[in-house]
Amino acid sequence: MATRQHSILTIDGVAALLDALRRRGYRVIGPTVRDQAIVYDDITSLADLPRGWTDEQGAGRYRLARRDDDAVFGFAVGPHSWKKFLHSPAQRLWRTERSADGVRIIAEPVSAKPLAFVGVRSCELHAIAIQDRVLLEGAYPDQHYRARREAAFLVAVNCTEPGGTCFCASMNTGPKALGGYDLALTEIAAEGERRFAVDVGSAAGSGLLAELPHRAATPGETAAAEAAIAGATGRMGRAMPDADEVPALLRRNLDHPRWEEVADRCLTCGNCTMVCPTCFCTTVEDVASLDGSASEHVQHWDSCFTMDFSYLHGGSVRASPRSRYRQWMTHKLSTWWDQFGTSGCVGCGRCISWCPVGIDITEEVAAIRGSDSAARGREG
Amino acid sequence: MARVPEAASVPIVARVRARRRETHDTWTLSIEAGEFAFEPGQFNMLYAFGIGEIPVSLSGDPGAPGPLIHTVRAVGSASQAITRLRPGDPIGLRGPFGTAWPVDESTGSDVLVIGGGLGLAPLRPAIYRLLAERDRYGQIAVLYGTRSPADILYRREIERWRRRLDTAVEVTVDHADAGWHGHVGVVTRLIDRAAFDPDHAVALVCGPEIMMRFAANTLQAAAIAPERIYVAMERNMKCAIGQCGHCQFGPTLVCRDGAVMRYDRVRPLLTVREL
Repeated sequence: MATRQHSILTIDGVAALLDALRRRGYRVIGPTVRDQAIVYDDITSLADLPRGWTDEQGAGRYRLARRDDDAVFGFAVGPHSWKKFLHSPAQRLWRTERSADGVRIIAEPVSAKPLAFVGVRSCELHAIAIQDRVLLEGAYPDQHYRARREAAFLVAVNCTEPGGTCFCASMNTGPKALGGYDLALTEIAAEGERRFAVDVGSAAGSGLLAELPHRAATPGETAAAEAAIAGATGRMGRAMPDADEVPALLRRNLDHPRWEEVADRCLTCGNCTMVCPTCFCTTVEDVASLDGSASEHVQHWDSCFTMDFSYLHGGSVRASPRSRYRQWMTHKLSTWWDQFGTSGCVGCGRCISWCPVGIDITEEVAAIRGSDSAARGREG
Repeated sequence: MARVPEAASVPIVARVRARRRETHDTWTLSIEAGEFAFEPGQFNMLYAFGIGEIPVSLSGDPGAPGPLIHTVRAVGSASQAITRLRPGDPIGLRGPFGTAWPVDESTGSDVLVIGGGLGLAPLRPAIYRLLAERDRYGQIAVLYGTRSPADILYRREIERWRRRLDTAVEVTVDHADAGWHGHVGVVTRLIDRAAFDPDHAVALVCGPEIMMRFAANTLQAAAIAPERIYVAMERNMKCAIGQCGHCQFGPTLVCRDGAVMRYDRVRPLLTVREL
């Protein structure tokens, strides 16, 4: 791929970027340290960013650690993803009012405050594109998601410090952002300071960059940025084995004994679905006022690990943990393709890090693959 | 009255016109919803204010103007609230959603309509259309099974259909009572008694999953190809617009790819436990 002409921002340039976004009326959201994790929340200045911090991740393990440099984006991804802002955890869809004239149903107006995301990783850009596919590209687009999505300004950050549970390289979803952003930054160290090579991805990004103090990158800086990303590719803690073959592999192994083994460990807590940047499932709840004159119909994130999720008069379709784990994993990696023409997994590794018992989706695939009935049949 | 909004994500306020008891736990509502077109096999989301929404198949005549007909079994909080509504009460409604029975596509074929229990409700619009255009089809058989004589839906209408000389209508019950002189046993046993040419027959099957599986097995044993058998699936459903994830059935979303599905496409899924 041809390397585009980069621009360079200094750390002051990044501060100016945050200011410029706020001046334009965006609510600026980015990574920040809270509760011993790097989460996404409102950012008002450079000081809010997790400068000098990194994260150490493994199966069922996430720890913050001090870096020995002052990198701004020297970490992978934490428990939050941008879906919390685009596909709200709780969204009122409508409310009702009862009066002498009868009942009225009032649709919830779409919210207008535009969001700017700073620090969107390549895996997360892919996750947003996947949620776009689900929530916008069907017959009935989600108006609330659409309003937030279309107004959002995305500042991507290319990964130079992958985590121990990252496997985007094997999913073909990173570490370099290839599109879907307004601006993309690559952090490099040069002459004792942090510098940020900038790629422009949209007219809005170009317009914003023009307002910031910047200069053209030297060939050395461009090469350093590319090298930093290339280095990340080789340092991922995990890999999805033979990713292209996984949809068919799972389709023919719905009764594999491994599902029983993983169910012995799985707590069906639903953490993986909450931290997953693509999981989109929701339920709805009606809340009525005490006198019954008004009510609201609210959509909440839901998880396929609950018994209620598949409840049909008389019982749950997926009563066993085995069937619920299988539902989640086969949906991510296999049936998502049938339903939406894309993978439901971007290799961010959150489900591995945040699983309380350390279940590893790449390890589960490897185990099934290792004793695939079709493969055995061929060999036998 | 307002038409169903195109987005279909927010209900309109419709009005109950009449309510009729079908069995001990099942009622049929007529709902005034203005101009409303649907295909046999489609469903609406019915909304009890402040309580919740449920998917309910359309059971009326798609060719007749007038109120929408929905048959509801009172099993949960929303369905109980809906079955308690009185004439004049408001009800929320959005739809129609889902795929249709291949009624027009079956022109020239023999048609077997096979229902189990409440599964007759989503089949009734197909029966109305078949009988309205009777000349377009070969043999038509309506085969219906319920638990007991007291559980028979649309009883008077079934008796009316039975009087027709151009349509075979058979009813069977799992458990007879003293007044029952009809068939006893599972509905699949009626298939062998029906007249059809397997090479030119289409079967529309709706009922509990196990009943649909056995019916499909019997139909295939009678040499009807699986791609000429249609079943209607049921799953938990919250949104009906392909976004809540609840109605997943393997690679399909029942609200979007169903409820009516071709049997050859779902056959491998139906044999997987807890899918």
